[in-house]
Amino acid sequence: MIYYIGSLLLIAVGLYAVLVKSNLIKIIIGLNFISSGVNLLIISVGYINNGTAPIFSRLGLNPNTMVDPIPQALTLTAIVIDASELALAVAFVVLLYRHYKTLDIKKIRSLKW
Amino acid sequence: MIYVAWVLIIFMIALSILAIELKNLIAAVVAMGAVSLIISVLFLLLQAPDVAMAEASIGAALTMIIYVIGVRQTERREE
Amino acid sequence: MIRKVVYSIFLAIIVLSLVLFFAAFPFGKNKMTVGKYYIDHGVQQTGAANIVTSVVLDYRGFDTLGEVSVLFAAAAGVGVLLHMIGERRERKVKVPPNFVVRVGSRIVFPFILLFGVYIFVHGHLTPGGGFQGGSIIASGFLLLYLAYPNYKLKRGGLAAIEGLAGLTFVTLGLYGLLTPKVSFLYNFLPMGVFNTLVSAGILPIIYVAIGFKVASEFAGIIDDMICDVMCRGGEK
Repeated sequence: MIYYIGSLLLIAVGLYAVLVKSNLIKIIIGLNFISSGVNLLIISVGYINNGTAPIFSRLGLNPNTMVDPIPQALTLTAIVIDASELALAVAFVVLLYRHYKTLDIKKIRSLKW
Repeated sequence: MIYVAWVLIIFMIALSILAIELKNLIAAVVAMGAVSLIISVLFLLLQAPDVAMAEASIGAALTMIIYVIGVRQTERREE
Repeated sequence: MIRKVVYSIFLAIIVLSLVLFFAAFPFGKNKMTVGKYYIDHGVQQTGAANIVTSVVLDYRGFDTLGEVSVLFAAAAGVGVLLHMIGERRERKVKVPPNFVVRVGSRIVFPFILLFGVYIFVHGHLTPGGGFQGGSIIASGFLLLYLAYPNYKLKRGGLAAIEGLAGLTFVTLGLYGLLTPKVSFLYNFLPMGVFNTLVSAGILPIIYVAIGFKVASEFAGIIDDMICDVMCRGGEK
């Protein structure tokens, strides 16, 4: 249960950064927290008490106590995609800084709301 | 064993708030890397070693370096 | 200030409703439906000891192909964005790396490569696989960039490795269409002995291809960021 609460709080912290902060790097850090929190939430949904990892690395492992392999496969690919897209976002921030000479979204007029 | 998870999750939330509120952007990025490292330990506790390896090598190393390069090119401090 | 308070209340409502929602899925109980089938039949059907590998590469292999192409699109986007303006220049460093860093990185780098290759060759037996091993190799290249300011990756070779790896994946998938069981990514090679290195048919080959592809793409992203972003550091 503590895993659910922790990952939901991490998602909330990330959403707070995205909504309130005006620095572009802080906004991307918030996006990173949201994706990490979602990964943690999905993995913790698939956990079974006193379970073992879904790997038949030695004989005698009981298949009935293995944790769910599908959330692990989903988050494995999601982590790689997160990293590459955050690199793309950082590249956009660098280009915005070269053009506007600031990281504050209140001073970048076309991103004002 | 459950107390390890409690301590780690409390540390994780505290570090994430720190990463958002710090004015020095390099320090904020380092705190973010620490959050990723704690999350990889939590994946290991949840019996997901594959995901833990991916998170430790990608989330805590490569992502952090990409952010550091970006911050070094732009401003170091947030007003 | 008023905005922060409003957003905090809004987020508290969201988190509270999500906690109430997830109370319907009790933590630590067995909730598997499809996963149970994979655990029970995965060893006979795919021959891989690591069930996560068999889900990623066999049952949902088409998904992984799409994921690899998303990774390629992101890497290409970083390259296009950062090379849009101006030409590449030499990197300037304020403090040159000292003797210990240079020699130490040259000693450690082959071992990092070996560790990454070990991780993705044994992907179907132990935890690990193409994604983890590829990112470990890419972080090894990062060490070279740290130690040698004039180090530059050969982008032609990188592109060749990346293209060959992607081509291997797609060709193995298309060959499955020619077998009697007409299906994409059909495991046509023999299973071999369970829990040995040469087993599980085409799964190790695909994971090695994914490992090379992820390594070359992340190394390309790092090369783009360092050699284009850091070179302009003197402008401000």
